[in-house]
Amino acid sequence: MLTQSELHQLEDKCIQECAPACAAACPIHVDVRTVMAEISRGDFCAALKGLKKALPYPGIIGRICPQPCGAVCKRGEVGDAISLAALERACADWGDFTETPRVLPKRGKRVAIVGGGLSGLTAAFDLARKGYGAVIYEAVDCLGGSLWSFPEQVLPPHIIHGELAIVAQVGVQVRLNVPVHHDGLAGLRSEFDAVYLAIGASGETFDLALNEQGRIYIDPATFATSQDGIFAGGSLLRSVAEWSPIQSVSDGRRAAISIDRYLQKASLTASRINEGAYLTRLYTNTQGVAPLPRVQMASPAGGYSREEASQEAKRCLLCECMECVKVCEYLAHYGSYPKKYAREIFNNLSIVMGARPGNLFTNSCSLCGLCGAVCPTGLDMGAVVKDARRTMVKQKRMPPSAHEFALRDMQFSNSDKFTLTRNPPGAARSEYVFFPGCQLAGSSPSYVERVYGDLREKLGDVGLMLGCCGAPADWAGRVDLFQSALASWQSQYGQLGTPRVIVACSSCYQVFKANLPGVDLISLWELYDTPGWLDTLPAAVGGRPSAVSVHDPCTTRHESGIQDSVRKILRRMGYQIEELPLSREKTECCSYGGLMWLANRDLAQAAVRRRIAESQADYVTYCAVCRDFFAAHGKRALHLLDLIYGRDLNELAERRSPGYSSRHENRVRLKRKLLKDVWGEDMDGQSSYEDIRLIIAADVQERLEQRLILVEDIQKVIEFAERTGSKLLNRATGRWLARHRPDNVTYWVEYTPQGDAFVVHNAYSHRMEIVEDAKI
Amino acid sequence: MNEPTGQAQQTEWMCVKCGLPLESAQVKVAYLGNAYPVKLLKCPKCGLVLVPEELALGKMVEVEKTLEDK
Repeated sequence: MLTQSELHQLEDKCIQECAPACAAACPIHVDVRTVMAEISRGDFCAALKGLKKALPYPGIIGRICPQPCGAVCKRGEVGDAISLAALERACADWGDFTETPRVLPKRGKRVAIVGGGLSGLTAAFDLARKGYGAVIYEAVDCLGGSLWSFPEQVLPPHIIHGELAIVAQVGVQVRLNVPVHHDGLAGLRSEFDAVYLAIGASGETFDLALNEQGRIYIDPATFATSQDGIFAGGSLLRSVAEWSPIQSVSDGRRAAISIDRYLQKASLTASRINEGAYLTRLYTNTQGVAPLPRVQMASPAGGYSREEASQEAKRCLLCECMECVKVCEYLAHYGSYPKKYAREIFNNLSIVMGARPGNLFTNSCSLCGLCGAVCPTGLDMGAVVKDARRTMVKQKRMPPSAHEFALRDMQFSNSDKFTLTRNPPGAARSEYVFFPGCQLAGSSPSYVERVYGDLREKLGDVGLMLGCCGAPADWAGRVDLFQSALASWQSQYGQLGTPRVIVACSSCYQVFKANLPGVDLISLWELYDTPGWLDTLPAAVGGRPSAVSVHDPCTTRHESGIQDSVRKILRRMGYQIEELPLSREKTECCSYGGLMWLANRDLAQAAVRRRIAESQADYVTYCAVCRDFFAAHGKRALHLLDLIYGRDLNELAERRSPGYSSRHENRVRLKRKLLKDVWGEDMDGQSSYEDIRLIIAADVQERLEQRLILVEDIQKVIEFAERTGSKLLNRATGRWLARHRPDNVTYWVEYTPQGDAFVVHNAYSHRMEIVEDAKI
Repeated sequence: MNEPTGQAQQTEWMCVKCGLPLESAQVKVAYLGNAYPVKLLKCPKCGLVLVPEELALGKMVEVEKTLEDK
């Protein structure tokens, strides 16, 4: 399980909560997105309220701000940057928010602020609100400092007077016409608990330590001067050319933070990250965003009208990342983003007593890795989720029903009913071995025969291994079952003399590649793409679509070689390829991955529907499950082997996939047939229940599929009931009802005999047990 | 016709092995170490209990899910 610090590292990798570029570049971090959203709604009061949280004088700053935000505005990549200053002014013009800011109770400490410009005013304003007695000493007869250097038409005097009145409202005292000269500082320092020097470009240095430019030296993080309790900031730190009103506001604010900490005897330096302007880590994709020019003002001197301001604010992209959420049905479905999800998963695993609300979430991910592939920082939620599932299993808190059906399917595929390990007939060892995987064998067993025949013909000594690679156990977090599946695979593989493995399924390919590094692997598609192969392979001719879209299975995400081979095969067969918007390393999962289809069936269906809606063309894929899932949802879909070994592609594209029971049957039959045809052997005996013959109507069969009840489950119930006599009779219908619980599930079957077979009318199951049920 | 449904059902079901009609009885159902009493039809002789489809696919699944997340 993750430690707290590993969790923090994960959370930090998700950049969704980082500030947008504009707010980070703004030295006082105006919450631009909130303000823009309110303006675009036409609510200037709410916008002004939001703005005033960071900026006490929006009417002033909105007229003179040099707008460092504009240079980094993402809208600037697709049109003009947002006119933020003009919109701030519009908030002041059209918004009505005159509420006096809240002031904390008096702390009994006083601070002298020397200089009534923007920096001094802001420091005094912030300190007064924090409960300090703030007194401004201004050398001339009015507050504002450099603000008075702007022409009246740019910054009218009534705006300056009007907005600076807020300083008096929070209780700041102002002493006009009181210049403080260098010999006056000591007096102030003894009268006050701290002093902030914000005297602009006066050149006064007060006998404090100076920097290389001959200006008062300050600690750049805290604004502390060389003398205890004396702080300095604002334009005295800079040349006239560097003067920026918004920078002065920021300096005043940061100095006030330091002075507050100084007076509370707290650390001046702790946790002071991202104060002042910085570069954000937030990534915002502007691809596909239609460019829009700046909204022009009908009367530039009058600023934006309400309507113009709303239009301009609507151009704001409200920057966020969400790259992964945009492409993933699962991440989108739960309404948040990985930073929050990682925390939820961690919290879920930490619950010792009581319900764990995050289990379904943890079990719903397809583990496909698309999030990691599109994430600007490479955060793969699949890896986080998989680790969480392992922890759940370890803690014995994994819901038993979540993955059991798939694990039983795997157990079936790795039982004697399907597993087979053989050198080619008459050979003592294999140079190659073909491993078709369990799903191709379950879905299209005849293709396995055809491929194996071709491989032997071309390559000579090709052995065969049937079974499951163990992927379902890996996805379910069952390290124990996964490791034993791998071990048993390896020991059978060893019997063949460790030949090169030809793999048809990309999930098997990934499992072996990641877990059995010593095994020499080649995908069937890479093999078919080698010279001399494809020219001699057959090709389906009937019902060929003119163009196809390739769906890469998610387990080939990082296998560009296999992806290339598939496309080369298709082109050589004469197909035109229309690439899907998300393919290759950005391909999507069909919802089989990670057992999403089993753990969260509604979400899985939404994921399939999303994928199949991306192109009108027939999909060609090279995973049996992907094909079958798409076809089950009405999408015309073909397996690459259909194009090679099939006949009528029109029919094949629409064929319904075999159900769960048929897949089992197909595997058994395939093994039996190959044993007979290739090695001349008969398959060993059947279990007693397999002799039970069933008659199941199509609608009942459909219901059984939905309920994940297999034909063999029903056979076991009837065999048990007929052998023991333990069954019920419904006298109204004349039907029998019997139950059997081979493992963790009780199956009930309603049936009647017909000749030497049984008609199945219905079946259902439950996991709860009847305590002290009838003893046979 | 005017009999309550429960009683009508009661007489519909027979235990084939014992040749007796099922009777309503209090039985215990359990999952993951939690047990609950529930009224179900049961053979008075061999104790075979009928779990009807509505119960299995309704309340039982609900309780199973809740207990699995506990």
